[in-house]
Amino acid sequence: MPKVPIALTVNGQPRAISVWPMARLLDVLREELGMTGTKEGCGEGECGACSILLDGRLANSCLVPAVQADGAEITTIEGVASGEELDRVQQAFVECGGAQCGICTPGMIMAAVSLLRASPQPSEADIRNGLAGNLCRCTGYLRIFEAVASACRAGGRAQ
Amino acid sequence: MRAYIPAYELVRPQTLGEALEHMAAEPGEWQAFAGGTDLMVLLQAGRLEHRRFLSIWGLAELRGTVVSSDSVTLGCLTTYTDVLHDETLRREFPLLAAAAAETGGVATQNRGTLGGNIVNASPAADTPPALLVYDAEVELVSARGSRWLAYREFHTGYKTMQLAPDELLARIRLPRSTAGFRHYYRKVGTRKAQAISKVCFAGLKNTSTGEVRIALGSVAPVPLRCSQTEAAVHESRDPLAALAAEIAPIDDMRSTAAYRLRVAQNLLNEFLHA
Repeated sequence: MPKVPIALTVNGQPRAISVWPMARLLDVLREELGMTGTKEGCGEGECGACSILLDGRLANSCLVPAVQADGAEITTIEGVASGEELDRVQQAFVECGGAQCGICTPGMIMAAVSLLRASPQPSEADIRNGLAGNLCRCTGYLRIFEAVASACRAGGRAQ
Repeated sequence: MRAYIPAYELVRPQTLGEALEHMAAEPGEWQAFAGGTDLMVLLQAGRLEHRRFLSIWGLAELRGTVVSSDSVTLGCLTTYTDVLHDETLRREFPLLAAAAAETGGVATQNRGTLGGNIVNASPAADTPPALLVYDAEVELVSARGSRWLAYREFHTGYKTMQLAPDELLARIRLPRSTAGFRHYYRKVGTRKAQAISKVCFAGLKNTSTGEVRIALGSVAPVPLRCSQTEAAVHESRDPLAALAAEIAPIDDMRSTAAYRLRVAQNLLNEFLHA
């Protein structure tokens, strides 16, 4: 099959590329667009390491064929901070020890950013539910949940 | 091993009519592709045998909910998240909302669709038991026309269904006849979040007439509406024995037949006596 042209906006930047029709958005982001912040864990939608926002909604980029992102607005972990200034969620992960080896961290942060946009004052149960699709093998989750709760208390720059 | 990606085709028809023309021109060649939460997993595992797909994800005609006086009709692209945000569904069809809430994490709920959950035809899918007890109907469309079918007639065996090679499951209709029923849903899995079911149970019980409706997942080759067990309840025979005779659980990587039978009976008991 020939490659097909697609145009999408990634972290505010318009990008036009050609992709194999069934190429995974994850691979296009990492290999074609050079944005390796988005990680691959399981490649089957269980671990959430490849989480991005696709038209504002949390998605596992390993399960999205790139052609379905034609015309879409995508936010990856590289688009969360404002220049040198970390987003409040990122800052809270730093302060609470929410990151250890770091593989799950970009996905955790995208899931947390998505949660806080929909629900600025989430309960503990909301936080656990919002991050249920993201697996971490290091932290035991408590520091991650604490980081998200702390980001809410911090308020700060609205996403 | 991972699939060879360039071998796959994924075209994007602009209208439902265009998609159906593709399917009519080469029946069986083209398979519908919605949010990808099942098909992309197979692709990555190198187990996606079909090669040519029609992306229906962008077809607005297949989205949205239409509420009439006697039914709610859902486009096949209705996502779990759409279900969770729909007040009518949450109020009148809470088992569907419960199933949606227990399917995957948020990212999967944003992309997984009811139509995909049905046509993927996993006996372990979470929404089919709820759809079965609500007497759902499905609309199958093709270039030849449209037909409605009771959902309980749709699955004919393991991964087989009443869907012609040129047909697409376009809509799901739920009769608004749930007033007076108590709703019971319980999914038993390895862990609370995003596990695939060992047993999934949906039950409705009419508190004045005593009518019960019972459906289970992961206990037979198809999601099963348990009419024999319902009859046993209505006729005051032993429902647990009827259930044991009606379901056919198996041993597999997630559980054993014996455990599944025991849990299914325990859930039935809890449902009937709660």
